[in-house]
Amino acid sequence: MPDENPKRDKFLTFISLSFLLCFLWYADNHFSNYTLRILNNIAIFIILAVSYNLINGITGQFSLEPNAFLAVGAYTSAIFTLSPEEKLRSFIIEPMAWPLSEISLSFPASLVVAGVVTAFMALLMAIPVFRVRGDYLAIVTLGFGEVIQVVANNIVSVTNGPLGIKGLAPHTNIWWSWGICIFTVLCVVRLVNSSYGRAMKAVREDETAAMAMGINAFRIKTLAFTFSAFFEGVAGGLLAHLITTISPSLFTFLLTFNLLIIIVVGGLGSTTGAIISAVLITWGGEALRLVEEPISVLGFEYEGIPGMRMVLFSLILIFVMLFARSGLMGRNEFRWAILINWLKRRKTSEAKNQ
Amino acid sequence: MINLLNIQELAVHFGGLCAVNSLNLRINSSEIVGLIGPNGAGKTTAFNVITGIIRPTKGKITFLGREITGKPAPVIARSGIARTFQNIRLYDDLSVIENVMVAAHSSVSYSFAEAILGFGRFTRDEARIRKRSQELLDLMGLGHLTREKANSLPYGSQRKLEIARALALEPKLVLLDEPVAGMNPTETSDFAKFIIKLRQDTSIGIGLIDHDMSFVMNVCDKIKVIDHGIEIAWGVPHEIRNNKKVIKAYLGEN
Repeated sequence: MPDENPKRDKFLTFISLSFLLCFLWYADNHFSNYTLRILNNIAIFIILAVSYNLINGITGQFSLEPNAFLAVGAYTSAIFTLSPEEKLRSFIIEPMAWPLSEISLSFPASLVVAGVVTAFMALLMAIPVFRVRGDYLAIVTLGFGEVIQVVANNIVSVTNGPLGIKGLAPHTNIWWSWGICIFTVLCVVRLVNSSYGRAMKAVREDETAAMAMGINAFRIKTLAFTFSAFFEGVAGGLLAHLITTISPSLFTFLLTFNLLIIIVVGGLGSTTGAIISAVLITWGGEALRLVEEPISVLGFEYEGIPGMRMVLFSLILIFVMLFARSGLMGRNEFRWAILINWLKRRKTSEAKNQ
Repeated sequence: MINLLNIQELAVHFGGLCAVNSLNLRINSSEIVGLIGPNGAGKTTAFNVITGIIRPTKGKITFLGREITGKPAPVIARSGIARTFQNIRLYDDLSVIENVMVAAHSSVSYSFAEAILGFGRFTRDEARIRKRSQELLDLMGLGHLTREKANSLPYGSQRKLEIARALALEPKLVLLDEPVAGMNPTETSDFAKFIIKLRQDTSIGIGLIDHDMSFVMNVCDKIKVIDHGIEIAWGVPHEIRNNKKVIKAYLGEN
């Protein structure tokens, strides 16, 4: 087995993070708006996938909440960043309810508020749901996702109803999205590697045995759920200020479904897998647009079929499920020691070949 | 010697089935008490009730003078009762050392915020837990397997790992449910020596269920025999060996 070396690992992590920042700085100055938009999307999906994986993969509680929590986060942060004048202008069906209409916060403050409000909602759900065992969490969160859309459509004085909230300032840029993305990943990784993370995994593996070892399964599950809700709420705020227009129809169940695909393809229970898969699927979804465009190869004309990319996408997913059933990473995590050992072994085998 | 566990008139009914009927049992510190009986006698049910996995229908359980009847499993575990399971229940996908470290979670003093920031009590506690877990694995002879996955261990080692995990809870009473099932005679006699030494070194109380009679007679100070949830005998090993009721329960009447 490879040796762990905390100091070296910290150093290597620091170096690779600096490389990532250099790349982002370069991207910010040289890439097209379209590419930057994809990069922002990737960051937001990494946040979502990593936090969704915490409850679904690591704690092993099947949950279907991301679309609902994304909506809560997006609306909360949008409501708080608009200035009173803008609120007066855009709420045309019904004016905004009083205290909210006067409050206006900075973007980072609104993200924190979005996270806290979402985490609070998660807490309210967790208390009844985790008192019992079973798949109740999936049912409750699925229901909550539907309810939140109906609520967003109907409490017009807060959400502006079906019109949605328009004209948000495009606060989300590469630095905000990737900064929060790195922060989220570091937080989740640290939590998973602590005693709390071990307790979460124990609950996933065998809840009865975990309780017999003094682990309060209810508290651990609630912690995991609330923690992931916080980051999903923040991601919602980032998304709102990236696309600048939000409406209830944006947060359908399809979003949750996409994230479920991401974490399953990455390997349920692996944070590394969630990150890789979020990058591949978000970027791949865009790259596959190629097959919908007209192409001519060696005199053969292909006019491009709209929707073709989804067909290809499904095929890829089917192949992953057939040949890599536990996902790309299984439950393994990336470790520097593994990479270094692999490089060393390659070197020695190359030397042997020569 | 202090009284650890005291069970009075314990009864457990599953619908119409009476799994345990008016069981009385005392376990003191530094004492190994065997709970034996034919299959379906209610031995494991009794352990499940003591550790809070099943709620009793009737009766009273006190531990160190405090009533624990019907309390949730984690509360009972934290008060000092650890156990192993008849059908091994390890955290299969976790490494051997992680399995043991999980049981030390109740001794962690850092909050989850400290875990994320990685300072304060985090580093000190993690080092302490890791060191203690390694010691326990060494004690059970699993010290060289710390990084293996729990489900990759052979059966006998999995039983030992379960005991290491139970001891990581720093219990005052350990309940072992068929600890030598599936072990060969050499492993069984090694294990017998191990628990006798454990009792001497730590003065913890041990309750155990097993079907290996020579093992039970060899290690236990006192034995309780139950059949169909009803207590039929209580005494030191040689009394039990010659008890007519016990022989009848095990071998039947001629």
